[in-house]
Amino acid sequence: MTAVESGVVGTPMVRKEDPKLLTGEGKYVDDIHAHGELWMGMVRSTMAHARITNVDTADAAAMPGVHAVYTGAQLQEMGLWIAPLPCAWVVTEDMVNPPHYPTAIDEVRHVGEIVAVVLAETRYGAADAAEQVVVDYEPLPAVASIEAARDGGATAHSDHSTNKAYHWPLVPDPEALDAAFANATHTIKAEFIQQRLIPAAMEPRGVLAIPSPHGGDVTLYSSTQVPHILKVMVAATTGIPEHKIRIVAPAVGGGFGAKLNVNPDELLAVTLANKLGRPVRWTETRSEAAFSTHQGRGQLQTIELASDADGKLMGCRVHVDADMGAYMMLITPGVPLLGSFLYTGVYAVPAFGFTCDGYFTNLTPTDAYRGAGRPEASYAIERAMDILALEVGVGPDEIRRRNYLGDGQPFENLETPGSLVFDSGNYGPNLDAALDMAKYSELRAEQQRRRDAGDTKQLGIGLCTYVEICGLAPSRALGGLNYGAGGWEHGMVRFLPTGMVEVVSGSTPHGQGHETSWSMIVADKLGIDPAQVTVLHSDTAISPLGLDTYGSRSLAVGGVAIAMACDKVVEKARLIAAHQMEANPDDLEFAGGSFTVKGSPDKTMPIQAVAFGAFTAHDLPDGMEPNLQEQVTYDPANFVFPFGTHVAVVEVDTVTGETNLTDYIAIDDCGNQINPLIVEGQVHGGIVQGVAQALWEEAAYDADGNCKNPSFLDYLVPSPAEVPSIVTGFTTTPSTTNPLGVKGVGEAGTIGSAAAVINAVCDALSPYGVTDIEMPATPRRVWKTIQEAQS
Amino acid sequence: MQVDATVNGQARSAEVEPRTLLVHYLRDDLGLTGTNVGCDTSSCGACTVLIDGESVKSCTMLAVQARGEQITTIEGMASPDGEFHPMQTAFMECHGLQCGYCTPGMVMAATSLLKENPAPSEDEVREGLEGNLCRCTGYHNIVKAVLTTSQNDQAFWGNSGVAGPTGGA
Repeated sequence: MTAVESGVVGTPMVRKEDPKLLTGEGKYVDDIHAHGELWMGMVRSTMAHARITNVDTADAAAMPGVHAVYTGAQLQEMGLWIAPLPCAWVVTEDMVNPPHYPTAIDEVRHVGEIVAVVLAETRYGAADAAEQVVVDYEPLPAVASIEAARDGGATAHSDHSTNKAYHWPLVPDPEALDAAFANATHTIKAEFIQQRLIPAAMEPRGVLAIPSPHGGDVTLYSSTQVPHILKVMVAATTGIPEHKIRIVAPAVGGGFGAKLNVNPDELLAVTLANKLGRPVRWTETRSEAAFSTHQGRGQLQTIELASDADGKLMGCRVHVDADMGAYMMLITPGVPLLGSFLYTGVYAVPAFGFTCDGYFTNLTPTDAYRGAGRPEASYAIERAMDILALEVGVGPDEIRRRNYLGDGQPFENLETPGSLVFDSGNYGPNLDAALDMAKYSELRAEQQRRRDAGDTKQLGIGLCTYVEICGLAPSRALGGLNYGAGGWEHGMVRFLPTGMVEVVSGSTPHGQGHETSWSMIVADKLGIDPAQVTVLHSDTAISPLGLDTYGSRSLAVGGVAIAMACDKVVEKARLIAAHQMEANPDDLEFAGGSFTVKGSPDKTMPIQAVAFGAFTAHDLPDGMEPNLQEQVTYDPANFVFPFGTHVAVVEVDTVTGETNLTDYIAIDDCGNQINPLIVEGQVHGGIVQGVAQALWEEAAYDADGNCKNPSFLDYLVPSPAEVPSIVTGFTTTPSTTNPLGVKGVGEAGTIGSAAAVINAVCDALSPYGVTDIEMPATPRRVWKTIQEAQS
Repeated sequence: MQVDATVNGQARSAEVEPRTLLVHYLRDDLGLTGTNVGCDTSSCGACTVLIDGESVKSCTMLAVQARGEQITTIEGMASPDGEFHPMQTAFMECHGLQCGYCTPGMVMAATSLLKENPAPSEDEVREGLEGNLCRCTGYHNIVKAVLTTSQNDQAFWGNSGVAGPTGGA
């Protein structure tokens, strides 16, 4: 497996994206304006579940500067769409998928569902007018939690007889699973709550649709991770011919999965712009985002482990109840299943079974959020392993060591209990490195000292060895899961006549630094300076083929496509150079950006000269097409499986219940690295998002289905003061899936960190008899848990 | 109402509704879109600008309150010949930004912080930037960038590669 070549790859190159973003030159959707634009204002439901009995738009329509007001029913009659909002992952044949239109028509099913739309000349005017629309509701019973959905007292959709959306089983051998539990020495059973989270990308979502009334085409600027998917879906839902639609994702201020969707506002902007013949725009407010953008997590998990007397795992049985929210959005039902294969984690487990029930509630729909299903799985198995360690009477490091796949030794292409083939792994040395870096034995000694002293600030040390499945994905594997699309990615590389290089990327960045990483790959492959490379992306008119950015797929699929396109460029250039140098192509060596005839170092031709020759086309081999441009659509043969060990160190104040994360040590392994600076940045940010789930964040709802903390006043995204600096380190186990030997790293931190932190909190409190604590482990919850355990 | 102010060293003027927030005056009326809006509760700091050198969340202030003031936005941080302010350079070199949305506000807040406290400790940087949220970086490299720019550029224990305050206590 050739790894990356020497050169800039593997060095911490400063990002090419930064100068624009550091000076205000970067343009996000809300920074872009079109002449004659109208602002959309959304009238949103104040009820979680109700019949709409009347919508009075007269006062709003009479306001100065208001161009139009439409109720949901009116919009439906206008025939603006030919199909409801799409769900691209129908996980079972009998999955319930109620129609979901951009606006409610006669029944609202979550707070914030759009009831009417106003169009006004200004930002403030649209907000004012939306407030003047009066909606009368006849309340219906609200289903405000998964428990309520499961109990079935009321239904989230009044025409449904149950809230259950689907049942999805993955139980390869039920008899073997039952036998494992029957024959086990130790069994443990734990229940965990994956609370709902608000993704909270710093840039709120926004749209600007620019129509061409006579040309019949429309351009949609959207703060989206998925312009290519959005283009297909806008065509499929509005009936606008696909070739008349252009989607542009300009600078996008973070996504974390929350911008991986097809949203009511996007379809309203496109169709109303076309209808009115004027550009239409909307930018969500932060407090609106709790309703206008999907949320993450929302699962109840039950995990059971069976082991022999030594703690060697024999079986793992998992059930998940998953909160879909009010409707199925793009991949809502599939999110819990993305984790299904990972509930056995990094461990050799002979017998495994997973089942999942999806339920509708009257809450904001859920969908992908950083890690999407995999942080949940990792949390369950890694928390359960600590509980098993206590049961068996060994340390958390030892219980892991005894169960690592491949006995903690390096392995390649290993089949796992979840019916996957892990590309590569080497978990033992990774754990050793993390324990070393954390000075684990010294931490344990300090912990013991505080316990002996009855210190009110107890030290807790939490471990987590995670593995994740990413690089989505082999198209056939996705087909096997009933996913509605493939998982390939497209890349194109072309020399311009002057020797500069343009790269066209199908994957679409929103902070990950694709322009830098792709430039580095191309620079090394072609023997040029990264500054001579420009990366084009995020506009379907410039980059027509792509499947975008999610599931830590960009490098492992899209970056590999670009590397392969470079190889094709070099092979074509070799033929041209050989022709012009009157040499045999096989006798040419390509190094440092030049072709040289073997044995004749003076006979050399730079690739830029070849490119110019390909452009003039004066002297090409017979039948060869002019220009030096190649493209590759790469469909990976397997996923990639990054892993790592994280150590969280917390101080828990047993008097106040406050948890202080004092240290965090992460040893990650994402295979070969293109740019370590970017890799570390992804790890840092991912870790803090998982820490935030563990300690602070939760979208809290009351019994009527109202989100109690939609704004940043109450939804506690951590500030710099809440988190420590993070110690990072890496082991390198190249992937066998792709020729670069790379894996993904965008979600890894989040997948490892929540379990590490809660394991640390539980570890700190184990002398008090505490064995588990719900997330987020707020001071009040920690304090209450201590009191309950003591009484 | 007419609002005149000196923005990035230039006299600027626009006619606005009295209720117009300073951030919307800058963005929508003056076209200085580098200053971003990340929330509606003055919690996130994405809209931070400098008024007479002090950081202000421009969503907490009406445009009319900034009449006659000296305002600096991210567009005014580099020198006229294009040379970056040291804080901009440090953010770039330390990879203190990913999506870039919080970055203008973070750079302004950090610049103001160092003006008040030229040699802060790591904790002082973290507390000083408490009003600025970032969802991408986990703050590690932002704090590093600020300390690198400060007169206390050795303070960042994250540089040492070993565990910090309690690690190995």
